[in-house]
Amino acid sequence: MAITLSERAANRVQKFLDQRGKGVGLRLGVRTSGCSGMAYTLEFVDETLPDDIAFVSYGVTVLIDPKSLTFLEGTELDFVREGLNEGFKFNNPNVKNSCGCGESFNV
Amino acid sequence: MALLHIAEPGLCADPHQHRLAVGIDLGTTNSLVATVRSGSAAVLEDESGRALLPSVVRYRQNGIPEVGLAAQLRQTDDPHNTIASVKRFMGRGLKDVPGASATPYRFVDAPGMVRIETHAGVKSPVEVSAEILKVLRSRAEASLGGELTGAVITVPAYFDDAQRQATKDAARLAGLNVLRLLNEPTAAAIAYGLDTASQGTFCIYDLGGGTFDISILRLRQGIFEVVATNGDSALGGDDFDECIYRWIVEQGGVAEASVTDSRLLLSLARKAKETLTGHDEARIRATLASGVELDLSLAAETFFALTAGLIAKTLGPTRKALRDAGLGMDDIDGVVLVGGSTRMRHVRAAVADFFKREPLTNLDPDKVVALGAAMQANLLVGNHKTDDWLLLDVIPLSLGLETMGGLVEKVVPRNATLPVARAQEFTTFKDGQTAISIHVVQGERELVGDCRSLARFELRGIPPMVAGAARIRVAFQVDADGLLSVSAHEQTSGVQTAIEVKPSYGLGDDEIARMLQDSFTHAKNDMDARNLREQRVDGLRLLEATQAALDADGLRLLSDTERIAIGRAMDTLQVLLNGQDHVAIKRAADSLNRATAQFAARRMDASIQRALTGRRLDAIEA
Repeated sequence: MAITLSERAANRVQKFLDQRGKGVGLRLGVRTSGCSGMAYTLEFVDETLPDDIAFVSYGVTVLIDPKSLTFLEGTELDFVREGLNEGFKFNNPNVKNSCGCGESFNV
Repeated sequence: MALLHIAEPGLCADPHQHRLAVGIDLGTTNSLVATVRSGSAAVLEDESGRALLPSVVRYRQNGIPEVGLAAQLRQTDDPHNTIASVKRFMGRGLKDVPGASATPYRFVDAPGMVRIETHAGVKSPVEVSAEILKVLRSRAEASLGGELTGAVITVPAYFDDAQRQATKDAARLAGLNVLRLLNEPTAAAIAYGLDTASQGTFCIYDLGGGTFDISILRLRQGIFEVVATNGDSALGGDDFDECIYRWIVEQGGVAEASVTDSRLLLSLARKAKETLTGHDEARIRATLASGVELDLSLAAETFFALTAGLIAKTLGPTRKALRDAGLGMDDIDGVVLVGGSTRMRHVRAAVADFFKREPLTNLDPDKVVALGAAMQANLLVGNHKTDDWLLLDVIPLSLGLETMGGLVEKVVPRNATLPVARAQEFTTFKDGQTAISIHVVQGERELVGDCRSLARFELRGIPPMVAGAARIRVAFQVDADGLLSVSAHEQTSGVQTAIEVKPSYGLGDDEIARMLQDSFTHAKNDMDARNLREQRVDGLRLLEATQAALDADGLRLLSDTERIAIGRAMDTLQVLLNGQDHVAIKRAADSLNRATAQFAARRMDASIQRALTGRRLDAIEA
């Protein structure tokens, strides 16, 4: 199992990294907070950490810490448009239920 | 499901804690909203993919007003209720609105700010602007998927306090939390990332729909400093449209254009202007209300010639800004073009020619201000960690004091960067004067009456001394928020007093722009008036001194003939002092001086004699 990006998401991440002018990749993670237990985090990476596990998807490096990986195993990150809104969306097979807005979830 | 964005390392927000911030360019012709998502600033588009929202509001008899393109399309057939370029009316009274009579609106003069009568009642420019902001706000909230934390709204550098306050009020009315009003040129500089350079001096040439601003920014160690600003608050793309419009009317032999006709022709004029950006010719076809058909062809060359005067009008303020900044053309490291009107080829060429360098144009001149505002907004809500940006402001108009004769002595010059502290010494005018009235004024003109009065206070308790002996140090201090404090301190006795004023407060109705313009147009008159006042003060002082001398020693040291001669010279001067001819006053004062030269010498001898009489030689030499 691995963490993947959809092609659309990868293109977007690459574009944002280029515009930002620095950064080695994208960090996915979870942290315990939010209304439904856990919440996703999505950040640029300037420095890799010793424990990081790296995946490469369409040329974009995705880093994740081992603890987060247990909750994100098999996740695909997509980039979607919903009306005027657009952004990244986690398709996480581990999720049992999530809060109404989907920003936090339970496994 | 909420859609996520990539945060800076370590700055990922908690769920439901996203701080959504936007930058809004509330323009005369078009308005835009932008935000920073996943580290990049981008302009937000509407459902049809349009970024620019025409700043046009149409009021209907009932229901919510139409805003943007829909309203703009109805401009021709509903001119009274379709309000365009409302930014020109923000914070202004009817008399301050240039060309108010040329607009189709039914103005209602109201204290402070003009109002416009519409189908839906009498509306203030603040309400009209709020309608535009509401549309941008809902577009932003739909695009970002949540409520906005705050917005940065840009204003022309020339906007005075009343206009800025009106902009803030409009935002509040639209339910926006204003993080900050940002000057448009500074936003443009931020968008171009000029802050990433180590240093440099940049000129921002902003020709929008209704305003022209020229700003000179200096970047030093990551700090922006606005060195000088100038411009014309009533010059922009609309004037180019107007030029074409007049050409159409003239060429097409349109004798009398109805309101509907002029709207139609004006929008055709605008289209022709836009066509000529990429083409060498524009076709103008219209059917007027009278049934007359127009079919004209406007060549780019003709258009350039028609509007050369407008471009020349932008270069005057540009020169003045450079002069104010004490800079030459060689000191400018880059020129940035802002505003849709800078797309016109001859504008670009003129700017390149003036500065002897190609201007920066790689960002869309329509969007650059909104992008910079978005970056600033993102920073202000704490989504981006940096302490690099510190924007310094300048004094828009000189601060000074009233001196004898109603003259202004400038203490803090215009465009001094804040914070600033300046001091100057003054003295008493009359013998035994124990108090001095300090009148703080703001403006560029030479006479107090033509400047704006900010505050008055008195310094009392000066020990009686002869005129000119007291040393009164007046210090002006303006802090980073623009708060002015003035203190006066008599150095020999130590008495002092101070006052605090907010200089920009209440500078209403285009006063700053007008006051500046006046100072240029009246430069010669002002110098003459200043000379006259100076000669009057000098003449008065001479008369008083002569009279005092006559009272003391006149009978003793002067013959009758001499006294009569002096008296006659004094009378001549006295009469001329009430006149307007400063040269004649000077001549009369000089002749009085000559008439009293002997008298002065004799008084000097007499006083030396008095000092020496009865004293031994060694005591004097010691």
